[in-house]
This record gives sequence, structure tokens and C-alpha cells, in this order.
Amino acid sequence: MKNGPADRITLLAINLMLLALVIVTLYPILHVIFASFSSPAEIVSHRGLLWKPLGFSLEAYKLVFADPRIYIGYRNTLFIVVVGVALNLLMTALGAYVLSRKNVMWNKFFMIMVTFTMFFSGGLVPLYLVVKGVGLTNTLWSTILPFAISTFNLIVMRTSFQSIPDSLEESAKIDGANHLVILFRIVIPLSLPVLAVMGLYYAVEKWNGWFYASIFIQQQELFPLQIYLREILILSSTDSLSSGAAVGEQFQIGATIKYATIMVATVPILCVYPFIQRFFVKGVMIGALKG
Amino acid sequence: MRVYYSDVEIFEPLSEQTFPLTARLQLNIEVNGMNGLTRIWKREWPLHFMLIPGLFLVLLFSYVPMAGIIMAFQKYVPNKGLFGSPFIGMKNFQLLIDYPDIGRIFFNTMFIAVMKIAAGLFVPITIAILLNELRREWIKRTFQTLVYLPHFMSWVLLSGILVDILSPSSGIFNQVLGWFGVKPIFFLGSNDWFPYVMVASDVWKEFGFGTIVYLAALTSINPSLYEAAAMDGAGRIKQTFYVTLPGMMPIIVLMLTLNIGNVLNAGFEQIFNLYSPPVYESADIIDTFVYRMGVQQAQFGFATAVGLLKSIVSFLFVSLSYVLAYRLANYRIF
Repeated sequence: MKNGPADRITLLAINLMLLALVIVTLYPILHVIFASFSSPAEIVSHRGLLWKPLGFSLEAYKLVFADPRIYIGYRNTLFIVVVGVALNLLMTALGAYVLSRKNVMWNKFFMIMVTFTMFFSGGLVPLYLVVKGVGLTNTLWSTILPFAISTFNLIVMRTSFQSIPDSLEESAKIDGANHLVILFRIVIPLSLPVLAVMGLYYAVEKWNGWFYASIFIQQQELFPLQIYLREILILSSTDSLSSGAAVGEQFQIGATIKYATIMVATVPILCVYPFIQRFFVKGVMIGALKG
Repeated sequence: MRVYYSDVEIFEPLSEQTFPLTARLQLNIEVNGMNGLTRIWKREWPLHFMLIPGLFLVLLFSYVPMAGIIMAFQKYVPNKGLFGSPFIGMKNFQLLIDYPDIGRIFFNTMFIAVMKIAAGLFVPITIAILLNELRREWIKRTFQTLVYLPHFMSWVLLSGILVDILSPSSGIFNQVLGWFGVKPIFFLGSNDWFPYVMVASDVWKEFGFGTIVYLAALTSINPSLYEAAAMDGAGRIKQTFYVTLPGMMPIIVLMLTLNIGNVLNAGFEQIFNLYSPPVYESADIIDTFVYRMGVQQAQFGFATAVGLLKSIVSFLFVSLSYVLAYRLANYRIF
């Protein structure tokens, strides 16, 4: 490519534009980080952009961590993520393995049946009634079992299983391996990247999930983290947290509590994000291109 | 031809690949004098057994609820259940048609969804092209890593942040606008602004992640095309329009067609966390309406009817999108 002065100006302009875009995208998140460490009194009266914490105070964090709900939320969310991902991968792998075998009786029918769920669903109210009917409401399982099989993942995994050479499985079969052995000793180890990516996607989905929990679960001690966050951030119930403070301070601390809560819920994501980010990039390609 | 039972056992894996089911049935009957179905069952039962748990879950949580859509034709009373509730024919749908805001709700849904699809195509494609112009790998990588971040945060969190920065009294955004002499705008409380705020914030969350697909498509463009274009005197901009964009066309068409299925998905989680009664006029979408009717007001029959209508229309759009994706971009889900 040319490297004339006009070209260099174009490049500079593109660089500046992208830099501006990064700032616009990340500033809201930076603002939250800085505000969470600021002293409550200063943040309330502050106007304009925030480029560093105003004063320094951990008061908000102390109040957030003094609330048992945050620990309960973390515990429940961890359970949902760990058990949910494990179950999802197991179920999806089992289903994908069977459906990826050629010439097995009824497989076409089952495949159509599974695919159809991607196009049509009964809707929210009937699902609620089924979950209630089998007695899963007010259990953490209500956020796991109904979503244990994701049709799209099943199809993607099936495609990936199909690409494994038949000869590998045949030789294993001649050595006397049954289907479970073939699945767990040959097929899964060979498809590990796909499984890892799917597990990560699913984990993020579970970590961020709140909607079905809010419908299926009424007991406070079973709320996942996101529902607790919703109460603090959107339904604005910071009162119970800051009730120890005097009336004037209550308003001020309430403001920083929001920021601190966001931080407490986001830090785990921020910590693992740089390491897993590239897997997600791979995942997009699996989903979008190979299909 | 004499085939011994033991031979068949050994070559079974091969025959699974090469012989269709009917041929195998026949072969089995001929060879073993045994009922073919029984033999296939004998060999295949472990496979069917492995499918049972998944199949059970799909049946229970996907197909049983589909049966529940008969509620749409009932005056559903929770105590009486699905079988005890009286049928009222199409009354729920009549109610739906007569519902004063229903046209607005469908309009809002499609308006927001279509704008999101358009912006969700335009912004990532533009960014991908700009990024592709850069030569330094580390700048590209750093940029991408940074802008993916909002994608991994939930709408609950992002809504909390948005409410804060868009607040008319203390929000950063209005303060910045104030520097340019703009009076504070109540973005989340104004019917003029709300749909656009939804689109903009959705772009904010997803554009970084959306660029991945396009960047990958760009790397597959043959560099010699650029050289040839440069030889013919095409500058950066001409190269973009005559080499880069045509090279991306297949993936753009694919993403566009796959998005047709989302015409009725305006983003429940986002809108539900950000809207409020004063902006229902411009913000209420089908999903939020179903939620309020079904979960908050317990009008189960009516909510199911609205949901059913959405499912049917969505079904048509999703089918259309896959047909088009197959025809135009040769894309198949399996």
C-alpha cells in the first residue's frame, strides 16, 4: 500500500476515531469504578466527568459486604453456573453423539423434533405452569433443567462430532469399545475446543441470567446474584443497606452503594475476561460460519 | 451367497455406513432368519438409551408447554387447570384485536428490532473495515479486547449504569451535552427518545463483539486483489468499495438473512430493565406486554394468546430467514 502523506493522515484519523470509540465505550464503566471508590459526599455534589476517584473511601464496599444477600447471591449463582454448565455439556454431548451417528433408526425424526424447538415454543406462561407442575418452582433447578439442552449448541456439536473420521471409532469398536467409551475416550477429547467454547458461552449466559429465576423463584435465599443486583440498581432498594447511616448521609451513601455493588458483581467477569476472551472469538466463528 | 453370523458382526460398523436401513433390514433377515427390527434394536439400544435423558427434557420443557397453548383458547383459571378451564374459542384473540394499544405494541417491537438489526449490521461492518486498514496487529487486538467488554455484562448491570449516566439531573451524559448548550434531556423518560436510546445502548453493548465475524471475513480476502486494484490506481477508499465490501458481501448477506428471524425480538431484558409506565407508549413491546399480562396481572389465557400470535409470526420469519440464508448464502444449520 501507498505510504504518502495523505495516506498517513487517513491512518491517523482512523486511529483517533477508534481511540475515541474505545473511550466512549469504556467511559461509563470507568466512571462506575472511580465513583465506587469516591467519598459519598463529594460524588453527590460532583459535576462533570470523573477521571479519578474523588477522595478515597471504602465505606460503600463495607456496606455492600455487610449485607448477607450478596453472599447468598454469589453462592446461588455459582451453583447455577457450575451445575448448569456441567449438565448442559453432558446432555448436549450425549444427544449430539447419538444424533451424529449415521443410519440409526428414528434419528431423522428425533433431529426434526429437536430442531423444531428452535423455531417454535409454547411461550412463557405454559412453561411456567410446567415448571410449577413438576415441582421445580422455588428451587435452583428451575433455572437449570428447563434450559439444559440448547438446540443450537446441540446442532453445532453434532456437526463437529460428524467431522471426526469414522475410522477412529471403527477401530475402537473392533477393540471392543462400547458407545459410552467411544464418546468419552475418543469423540469428546477430539472435540474439546468446541466443548470449551460452548461451556464458556453457557457459563456467561447463566452468570448473567435473572429472568427465569425472577419468575420461578420467590424465596429470597435462593435468589441469584443478578436479582439482588436488580433490586439494588433498578428497583433502588438501597435503603435497607444504608439504614445504619444518619438521614442526610443516607442519600449520599446510597449513590455510592450502587457503584460498589456493580463492581462487586463485575469483578469476577473482569478478572477472567482477558483469559477467556479469545475463546469467545472462536465460538463466534463456530456458530456463525460452520454452523 | 453364504454369510456367516460372525462375519456380519465384524463388518457391522462398515455396513452401518454403507447400507441404508431397509437394505440392512433385508440383509439381517436373510442372513440370520431373525426379525430385522429386533436385531437392529439389539445393536442400537445403547444409542437410544443415551438419547433418553435429553429427549425427556426436550419433551417436558419444550413440547409439553406447546400443548399448553390451548390456554389461548380458554378462560384459564389456575385452580381448575388446563382440563377444567372453560373454552371460550377465539375470545382471547378478539380481546387482543380490540385492545387499544396492540397496534402500537407491534409497531414498537418491529420499529426497535429493525433499527437494531440495521445498526447492528452497519456499525460493526464499518468498524471492521476501519480496523482492517490498520497495519499494527497489537492495536487491532487491544481495540477488540477493550470493546468486547460490555458484551459480557448483563442488562441488569448495564441498565444500572445507563440509568445513572443518562439521568437528567446528575447524569454524565447530560452534563457533557450541557457544555454544548443543550438543555438536560430525560432520555429514559421521554417517548421521543426512548426507542433510540434502546438502539444506541444495544449498539454500545454489542458492536465490538459483532465485528469479530466481519474481521474474520476480511482476513480471507486475497491480498493480491488489493495489489491489483492499487496497480490500477485505486486509492484506499476505492479499494474499500471495490475490493473489501464485495469480499465481505457473502457474510453480510448471511448475517442479514439470519437476522430476519429477529424482527419480533426487540430485546426483552434491555427494555424491561429500562422502561417505566410514562414511556410505555414508545417502549412497550410484545414480550414486555406478555410479561405484564401473564406474570403481573395473571391473565394467563390472554397472555398465552398474545404469545402464540408472536410465536406464529416469529416462526414464519425464522423459517423465511433460514430459507433465504440457504438460498443466498448457502448456509445450513446442519
